[in-house]
Amino acid sequence: MSLLRVESVSRNFGSLIAVREVSMTVEPGELRAVIGPNGAGKTTFFNLISGMLQPSAGRIVFDGEDITGLLPARRVWRGIARTFQITEIFPELTVRENLRIPVEGAAGHRLQPWLSRDADAAVRARVNELLDMGGLAAKADRLVGELSHGDQRATEIMMALALKPRLLLLDEPTAGMGDQETYDITRLIRRLHRDQRLSIVLIEHDMRVVFHLADRIMVLAEGAPLEEGTPAEIAASERVQAAYLGKAAA
Amino acid sequence: MALLNRHGANAVIWILLLTAPVWMHWVGGYTELGSRVLVMALAAMALNFLLGFTGVLSFGHAAYFGLGAYGTAMTIKYLVPSTPLAMLVGVVVGTLAAAIIGALIVKLRGVYFAMVTIAFGQVFYFITFRWNNVTGGDDGLTNWYRAPIDLGFTKLDILHNPEIFYYVILFFFAISVALIAMLLRSPFGRTLLAIRENERRARFLGIPIERHIWLSFVISCFFVSIAGTLYALLNNFVDPRALRWDLSGNFVIMAVLGGMRSFWGPLVGAVIFVVLQDYVSSMTENWESFIGLFFVLIVLFFPRGVLGIIRRKATS
Repeated sequence: MSLLRVESVSRNFGSLIAVREVSMTVEPGELRAVIGPNGAGKTTFFNLISGMLQPSAGRIVFDGEDITGLLPARRVWRGIARTFQITEIFPELTVRENLRIPVEGAAGHRLQPWLSRDADAAVRARVNELLDMGGLAAKADRLVGELSHGDQRATEIMMALALKPRLLLLDEPTAGMGDQETYDITRLIRRLHRDQRLSIVLIEHDMRVVFHLADRIMVLAEGAPLEEGTPAEIAASERVQAAYLGKAAA
Repeated sequence: MALLNRHGANAVIWILLLTAPVWMHWVGGYTELGSRVLVMALAAMALNFLLGFTGVLSFGHAAYFGLGAYGTAMTIKYLVPSTPLAMLVGVVVGTLAAAIIGALIVKLRGVYFAMVTIAFGQVFYFITFRWNNVTGGDDGLTNWYRAPIDLGFTKLDILHNPEIFYYVILFFFAISVALIAMLLRSPFGRTLLAIRENERRARFLGIPIERHIWLSFVISCFFVSIAGTLYALLNNFVDPRALRWDLSGNFVIMAVLGGMRSFWGPLVGAVIFVVLQDYVSSMTENWESFIGLFFVLIVLFFPRGVLGIIRRKATS
C-alpha cells in the first residue's frame, strides 16, 4: 500500500490557482523530489500535505486513511513531519532544548507536569542520539539562534526526525547554503533515506542534490503537474527542458 | 558573580524572604509592606507564566485577581468566617472564570488577545461597581476581618500579628512558586517555551497550540487568584479597583520591569514597584508618574528588565 496518496488536489487563492489537480503517490521508503520553476506551487503543495492549508478540492490519504480535514498537529501525530523553506526553529533555546521538545512530544510526554527518572533518561539518550546523527553534538548547549545557517538547517531536520516520522517533508533543505554545507546536508538526507528507509518528499532547487538523491521526480509548472519519472527520464524529457531547464539555460 | 549561579541566587532570595520581618525594620520598612510585596510578586509571577514563558500578553489578569479577592471577602462576610474556606472559594471562582473566558479567546493572538482580556476584565469591574447591595459597589466590601487559622494543634492569629500573617503569605507564595518552577521545567513547560519562540514550528511539531495556551492561561489565573485571595485578607477590604484594568497593567509593568524572561524577574519588579509606590506616594500624589518614568527608562535602555542587566553583566 502506498504511504501517501494525493488525489487530484487543487488550491486557489481567490482567482489565482496555486495548485491545479496535482496527484502523487509515495511508496514506503521512497525519496521523491518535487521540482519546478519559482511560483510553480511547490510550497503550496507541501502546505496542503502538512495541513497548513486546506485544499479547495481533492483528497489526501496517508497510510490508507483520509487526512484531508485533519489539523496539522494531528497529521504530525500520524507521522508526517516537515521543515520549512525559511528555517523555523526556537532561536532562544539551545540545540539540545530544540530537540528535546519534539522528542518529548513523540514519547507522549507533551502534557506531563513531570517526568519519571527512567523517562527522563530515555529522552536524554534519544536527544544525544539525534545530536550525533546531525553532527551537532559539539554545539548542543549553544543557542540555536547563534549557529550558522547550515547548523540551523541541520537542527531543523533533526527536530522533524525527533518526531519519529514515517514521512518527512523537506522544503528546500539546501536553500542559501554554501557548497560544503550543501554537501553535508545532502549526505545527511541520503543516510536517513538509505539507513533508516525513511520516506522523504523533497522540494529542491539545486539539481545536483535532486539528481543525486531522488528515486523519482515530479515536475510542477504553474501549479500543474508537468512530468513525473526517474531522474534519467526527467533529464531526458523535452517538455521539462522547455519549461524549466530550458528557461534556465536561456 | 560566580557566587550568583542559579542555586546561589535561589538561596539568597529565600533567605531574604524568610528573614524579611527582621531586616525590613532596619531599612525603614514594615512587615505589611513585605506582605504586600509578596502578594504583588505572586500575581506578577503568575502573569509571567503566561507572558514571559508562553509569550501571550494578557491585560486583564486583575479580573481573576479581583474575583479571588471578592470570593474570599464575600465568603467571610456572608457565609462563614473561615480563612481557608474563603481562600478556596476565591481560587475556585477565579480559576473557573478563567477556564470559561480562556476557552472563548484562546484563538486570538497578540494585540487582539490583549484587548479582549481587558474587555472581559472590565465586565467584572462594572459588575462589582454596580451591584451595590452585594459587592458594596464603589465603596467596596468592608466590616469583615480575616479569621484566625485553626491548625488543630495551634491557632494562627493572622489578624493581630502581622509577622504570623507574613509567614502565612510566604507559605502560599512558596508553594505557588515551587509549582510554577516545576511546571516550567516539565515537558509541558517546554511546549509553552516552544509556543513563545515559534508558534508555527511548535504547531508542526505536533503541539496543539490552542489547548496549551488555554492551559497556560488557566494555570496563570489560578495562581493570580491565589494572590487575589491573599490581597483581600491582607487589606480586610476589597473594592472594584482590585479587578480594574490599571491593576492588570501594573502586573505587566512589574513583570517587564524585573525581567520577564527570568524566573525571579517579576519578584524584583514587584519589590521595586511596591516600595517605590509606598515611598513616593508618601511624598506626592503623583507617584504613578514616577513609576511610569522609571518604567519608560528601563524599557528604553534595558528591554530585558532589571534582572536582564545583571545577567548580561554576569555572562560578559
